[in-house]
Amino acid sequence: MGAFITRRLVGVLPVIVGVSIVIFLLIQLAPGDAATVLLGPQATEAARQELRHTLGLDQALPVQYFAWLVRTLSGDFGRSVATQLPVAALVLPRFVNTLILTLGSLLLAIVIGYSVGLFAALRAHSLFDRTSMAVALLAGSAPPFWLGLILVLLFAIQLRWLPVSGMQDIAGNGGALDVMRHLVLPAVTTALGPAAIIARIVRSSVIEALGRPHVRVARAKGLTRATLIKRHVILNALPPVVTITGLQLGYLLGGALLTEVVFAWPGLGSLLYDSITARDLPVIQATTLLIALAFVLANIVVDMINAALDPRLREA
Amino acid sequence: MSELAGAGAGDADTRAIEASPLGPVRSQARFWRLKSFARDRGALVSGVLLVAVVLAVVFAPSIGRYGPDDADNLARYAPMGAGGHLLGTDQQGRDMLARLLFGGRVSLLIGVVPTLVAGAIGLGLGLVAGYVRGLVDQIIMRCLDVVFAFPMVLLAIAIAGSMRPGVLTEIIAITIVLVPYFARLARTATEGVVPMPFIEAARAAGGTRATIMLRYVLPNVFSPVVVYATTLMGLMIVVGSGLSFLGLGVQPPTADWGAMVAEGRVVLRRAPHVTILPGCAILIVSLAFNFLGDGIRDALDPRTIRR
Amino acid sequence: MSAPATLAVVDLRTRFGTASAGATVVDGVSFTLRSGRTTALVGESGCGKSATALSLMRLIEPPGRIIGGTVTLDGRELLTLSEREMEHVRGARIGMIFQDPLTSLNPALTIGQQITETLQAHQPMSRAEADRKAIELLTRVGVADPVHRIHDYPHHFSGGMRQRVLIAAALSCSPSIIIADEPTTALDVTVQAKILRLLHDLQADMGASLFLITHDLGVVAAMADEVLVMYAGRIVERADVDTLFHYPRHPYTKALLACVAGIEDERSVPLEPIDGSAPDLRHPPEGCRFAPRCPAVRDVCWRQDQPLRPVSATHEAACILVEAEPALA
Repeated sequence: MGAFITRRLVGVLPVIVGVSIVIFLLIQLAPGDAATVLLGPQATEAARQELRHTLGLDQALPVQYFAWLVRTLSGDFGRSVATQLPVAALVLPRFVNTLILTLGSLLLAIVIGYSVGLFAALRAHSLFDRTSMAVALLAGSAPPFWLGLILVLLFAIQLRWLPVSGMQDIAGNGGALDVMRHLVLPAVTTALGPAAIIARIVRSSVIEALGRPHVRVARAKGLTRATLIKRHVILNALPPVVTITGLQLGYLLGGALLTEVVFAWPGLGSLLYDSITARDLPVIQATTLLIALAFVLANIVVDMINAALDPRLREA
Repeated sequence: MSELAGAGAGDADTRAIEASPLGPVRSQARFWRLKSFARDRGALVSGVLLVAVVLAVVFAPSIGRYGPDDADNLARYAPMGAGGHLLGTDQQGRDMLARLLFGGRVSLLIGVVPTLVAGAIGLGLGLVAGYVRGLVDQIIMRCLDVVFAFPMVLLAIAIAGSMRPGVLTEIIAITIVLVPYFARLARTATEGVVPMPFIEAARAAGGTRATIMLRYVLPNVFSPVVVYATTLMGLMIVVGSGLSFLGLGVQPPTADWGAMVAEGRVVLRRAPHVTILPGCAILIVSLAFNFLGDGIRDALDPRTIRR
Repeated sequence: MSAPATLAVVDLRTRFGTASAGATVVDGVSFTLRSGRTTALVGESGCGKSATALSLMRLIEPPGRIIGGTVTLDGRELLTLSEREMEHVRGARIGMIFQDPLTSLNPALTIGQQITETLQAHQPMSRAEADRKAIELLTRVGVADPVHRIHDYPHHFSGGMRQRVLIAAALSCSPSIIIADEPTTALDVTVQAKILRLLHDLQADMGASLFLITHDLGVVAAMADEVLVMYAGRIVERADVDTLFHYPRHPYTKALLACVAGIEDERSVPLEPIDGSAPDLRHPPEGCRFAPRCPAVRDVCWRQDQPLRPVSATHEAACILVEAEPALA
């Protein structure tokens, strides 16, 4: 197992380097010269010249890259163009909020996806099955940000059961319960797409398992349907949560970013959005880098857990 | 990307049969495929629907009485069906139907163009990587791995967000993000075709690498890529609308469906239809592409031909 | 010892598909199983043998369903029982052994668990008691070192061994009726004989009734007391085993016997395959179902289907010739 971990970590290094290069290059995409971009339109020409010199913008691109890399690795993500504050301090609390949203959505997606998928499979071709699969199809095809707005319309505006946006009430002293209340709609919105896909996967997996010969043999022994499902179907049929999670992670994360904007959830997604609107490139870079690294890390963790559970995977 | 389709390489067999000099076999196979496709009601309806949508947006100027940017202060927030506006008006009194039709032009463009371009590029890259193998393969796949390391939406947002906002920006961003998915699919399909005997035969007959790739491998790799592309178009319309929603695409006053949802958000309480309608449009088109993709896949797979 | 019981099947009909599009694969089958007797059901693939067995256990699943007839166990109608009541019957009163031991065991559970679950489903017993019983059963079916092997997983066992385990599980609650659906078809020839012997011994010990489904006439000759010959969803001949092999009356039975080489036959005696193939039950013919392949077919056979006619008190055949030629014995 140790060898596997080492190999995996070593293997991911070039990818991380690649990621950093891509993010570094983002500035090159921006219209105008980098110094203008970094300092904003209000800066004086003198300030710009100074920055050009500091950043070594007159030097070759690879040199700039290494300079940038060194700065970033030492924790200096530059300063936000909009607020002139160090980006690093800005980003960390947001990261935690996004984590809360993502994990909450993941949990919800797994719970909803597995339950619906299992029920639908056990009652295959019934009304529940057909309806839930139709709903799953719709939920999977609809734009998530729009679904979020529909949910807001229904639950926050019409029914007034839940808050419209934000993470806490203005006064900010509602505590954990208040956060949970605010988490409901964003988490449901983000979870719907992945939940729909999980439900479909679980359903087909269980239906396939129900058709296997040993299930019929078990029925012939006179086991009750409940016992049958518990011992002979669920064990063999449900796709491992970890694998499914791994597959849905990218989709979930992307959805979370958009949802944060819809619900003004103060996480990295809304920070990214704000920084794009303000053309605040250092923040865009730092946010993207952080999210990408978190994603890479999450994927490695999933692989590790999978390999720990199934020794056959350690050969990869 | 959630839909990691490992499409049917059983197509290789059918295509191999078609590539042979037996003319009647070729046209027969095609006939059954079309018939099979026609039997799939979902796919047929979707195909017809999409054609209708395309026609509608192409002929948008000739449909209805209003332009998409005709603001009418007196008819603001009109509900659906009121005062000659079939789908109501928005907060500036602009006709929703007209806006949907004109907006559809951009939305469809953003869904279709990047898919086609990325498909072509990805197909080429995957073909080369899968056929040539070795160092070229390694380099290509490592580069693609870097793009895969990002959640797709994030990278698209970051790229589009760094550039000047506009339709071209969105198209470029989505294309870049899509290429690796096509490349990976094409590579897998190519790996499935290369060991086949007729490729051996072609090599023995003395073709150059390029010739073999283009004449023999490419046709067999084509069908899974086409199926994938159709499904992806639907998804890209959703992703593209997401980018537009964030303001990264077309700028006001022109709007596509995603931007319309963003605009409608401000008046969600007062006139929900302004938000609901464009979202429905995205949903319907996305579903249609989904069904169409499934139908094409089933039609191309010789095992699911319905007589 | 299992309790003596009689399973009476009358006019059983099972259909797959809808009323408009489908096939009635078991089309009016009747027979009786009695304690201590082995009844064999013979026929070619697709004739409805397995469907009959599954129907007895009510294990037919959509798109198939039982559409008619009665199945009574000691007078108790099984087809109208609730699912819960039927669960009490399965395993406890009727046990079933299936065809392919390689796929019939759950790979994720130990073989001990797959035996004890049957026991615990029908009788209140602790895990320890169930395990003890399982060890006994494994010994009885000939699995060596049962004390350790109950903790092993199916993939540790060969095909023959797995079938023994399945037999142990099926018979764990001493059912009165044992249904064995091609229990040896998937096994090596050498193992086949052992498994059949095992079944025979167990049945004799328990005094149960064995319903043996097979396409192998050799198995029939070795094991059966009574034979039912099935063709295209119908029973076409029923007789004691000796009578069937020596005095078959239905042309299909005769043809089947001609297909098989006897050990006394000369090398030059040709095996006679039966021309043609079984009818498509989606559109069953009006007349006798064997008519297209029957060497003795008459005009009337095409128009009229033949019911089972008695040849003697214990011998019936569904052929018009039964009337024409009186019994020879």
